[in-house]
Amino acid sequence: MGKKILMKGNVAMAEGAVIAGCRHYFAYPITPQNEVSEYLASRLPEVGGVFLQAESEVASINMVFGASAAGARVMTSTSSPGYSLMQEGVSYLAAARLPAVLANVQRGGPGLGNIAPGQADYFQAVKGGGHGDYRLIVFAPASPQDMLDYTILAFDLSDKYRVPALILSDGIIGQMMETVECPEDYVPQTVEKPWALTGSVNRDGNVVRSLWLDDVGVEKNNDILQSVYREIESNEVRYEGYLLDDAEIVIVAYGLSSRIARQAVDRARREGIAVGLLRPITLFPFPTEVISELANKENISFLVVEMSAGQMVEDVRLAIEGRAPVDFYGTYGGRIPEEEHIIEKISRFSLHKEA
Amino acid sequence: MTKSIIYDAPQSMRKACMHYCPGCGHGTAHRLICEIIDELNLREKTIAIAPVGCAVNAYNYWNFDVSEAAHGRAAAVATGIKRVHPDKVVLCYQGDGDLASIGMAETIHAANRGENFTVVFINNTNYGMTGGQMAPTTVIGQKTTTSPNGRDPLTDGFPIKMAELIAHFTAVKYSVRTNVADVKGVRETKKALKKGIMLQLNGGGYSFIEILSNCNTNWGLSPLKSNEMILKELVKTFPLGVFKDETGGA
Repeated sequence: MGKKILMKGNVAMAEGAVIAGCRHYFAYPITPQNEVSEYLASRLPEVGGVFLQAESEVASINMVFGASAAGARVMTSTSSPGYSLMQEGVSYLAAARLPAVLANVQRGGPGLGNIAPGQADYFQAVKGGGHGDYRLIVFAPASPQDMLDYTILAFDLSDKYRVPALILSDGIIGQMMETVECPEDYVPQTVEKPWALTGSVNRDGNVVRSLWLDDVGVEKNNDILQSVYREIESNEVRYEGYLLDDAEIVIVAYGLSSRIARQAVDRARREGIAVGLLRPITLFPFPTEVISELANKENISFLVVEMSAGQMVEDVRLAIEGRAPVDFYGTYGGRIPEEEHIIEKISRFSLHKEA
Repeated sequence: MTKSIIYDAPQSMRKACMHYCPGCGHGTAHRLICEIIDELNLREKTIAIAPVGCAVNAYNYWNFDVSEAAHGRAAAVATGIKRVHPDKVVLCYQGDGDLASIGMAETIHAANRGENFTVVFINNTNYGMTGGQMAPTTVIGQKTTTSPNGRDPLTDGFPIKMAELIAHFTAVKYSVRTNVADVKGVRETKKALKKGIMLQLNGGGYSFIEILSNCNTNWGLSPLKSNEMILKELVKTFPLGVFKDETGGA
C-alpha cells in the first residue's frame, strides 16, 4: 500500500475514481459533495482527463450515458435532490446496460431538506428509483478509506457486469477527514467493450438502445438484466461482521450509522451484553443469507439503526421472515443516531430476555 | 446491353424498409446525411444520436454507430460521446418536441459551450410520433390534437425560432434553416449539412441545421400539398436562410 494521506471522504472518492482509470466526470454543484467536483476539476486535466460542469443533473447523467456508450470509464456525483433529478437517466443506463459509477452523498430530505447527513435515499438506491425493473450495485462506505476503496471496486464491477454502480454515502462520511492509504499496485480490471460506440471500423454500426417496439425485445432485455442481477447476488455480497459469534443481539447498520453502532456495541459489551454488529457493505446485493442464518440462532434479536424513518429495516425483516424480533431505531431530518439511544434499545432487548 | 446504375442507396444506409409515413421528409434527411457520409468517407468515424420521436429507429436505416437518448437529452449524450472521442464525427438528430421543448436546456447549453458537433433539427411543427400534438414550433392558428381551435398566442405563446435563437450564442459557428420540400430545398439542405460536418471535421465548432419538413399525416394533407404548405405558409413564420456563418468557408 502507498503512503497515508489525510483526506476528506469526498476527495478520497474522487481520487479513487482517478486511480480506477476514470478520465471523464460530469456533474452539477450541490452540497454536501462539492469537494468531488472541485478536486476533479483540477485533478482530471493533470491526467489527461475531462471535467465538465453540466447545466443540470439531468444533463450530467445523460453526459455520463454518452461517455459510457462511447466506452469510457465515467462518473458523476451528487446529493439527494440532484440524485432524484437523475433517475430517468439511471433507468436508461440500466436498461442500455451501460457501466458507470454514480455517487449520492445523501442529505436530509424529502424535498430540498437540508445539507445535514441522511440515509433516507435507501429505497431509491436499492429498489430502483427510476422506472422499470432494474438494480444498481450499491456500496455503503463508512469511512474516507471506504470511499476510495469501494469507488475503485465499483468501476471494476460495473464494467464486469455492465450494471451501473452507486456509492451511497452521506454528508458526514463525505465531509469527515481521516487518513487514507492509496493502493500502489492496483491495475484497473478493464474489459473488452465490443458493444461500445467507437466508430464502425470493419463492422456494422453498433446501437446503444433501451427501446424495442416488437413483441419480445423488452422482455428479452429484462431476462438478461434479471440473470445478471442473480449473478451479482451470488458473487458480490459484501458485509462486515463484528463480534457476531456469541451475539444474542445483532445490530444491523450501514455507513455512518454503523460507526456509531459499533461504539455502542463496544460499550454494551463492557457492560456484559452479548451484542454484535452486522454492517452491510453492499446494499444491493443485500446480505440476506447471512442475516437469515443468524436468525436461526435461538433467542437472537435484531436492532436496525438507520438515519431514516425505517427503510433498510424492511429488507432485514424480509431476510428474517418472522423468525426473530426486529426492533428499529431511526433518526431523520439531519439528526444522527446517538450511542445512548442505541444502548437503551439494546438494554430493553436484554431485560426482556432476562425476564 | 450494359446496365448503368444511376440511383442507388448510399453505402452507409442499411437495406431496410422505412417505417416513416410515405411522403415524410425524414427519409430525405436521412438519405442526405448518408450521402455526405459516403462522399467524405466517414462511415467508420461517425457516431449519431437517435432522438425520442419519429426518428428513434434511425439506427434501423443508418449503418454506423448510433445511440438512443432519453427524450430531449441528445445534446447531453452527444457531449459525453464527443468528449470521449473528439476525433469522431458526432451528429445529433432531433425533432421539435425533443430539441425545442423538453430538451431546450441541453440544446442551448451545448450550443453555448460550442460543442464540436452537428445538430440536425427536423422542424415539422408538431409531435409526429405521439399523434400530432402541439409543439413549441406549432405556428399561430395551426390546429393540432392539443390545440383543436388552433394555436392561440394568448394561452400557448408563439412558435420558437430555433435557428435564430441558436445563432445568438457566441460559441456557435453556423446556424441555418433549410427545407426538404422541393428539389432546391433538398440541395440547399445537403450543402448546409455538408458545411456543418466539414466544420466539425476541422475542429471548428458547433453547427445547427434546422430543416423544415412536412408531417403530411398529422397535417391531414397529401405529401404534395404538405410540401406546398412549407414553401407557401411555413416560411412566413420560419424564414429560410443563414443566421450565422463563421465557418470561414469550411
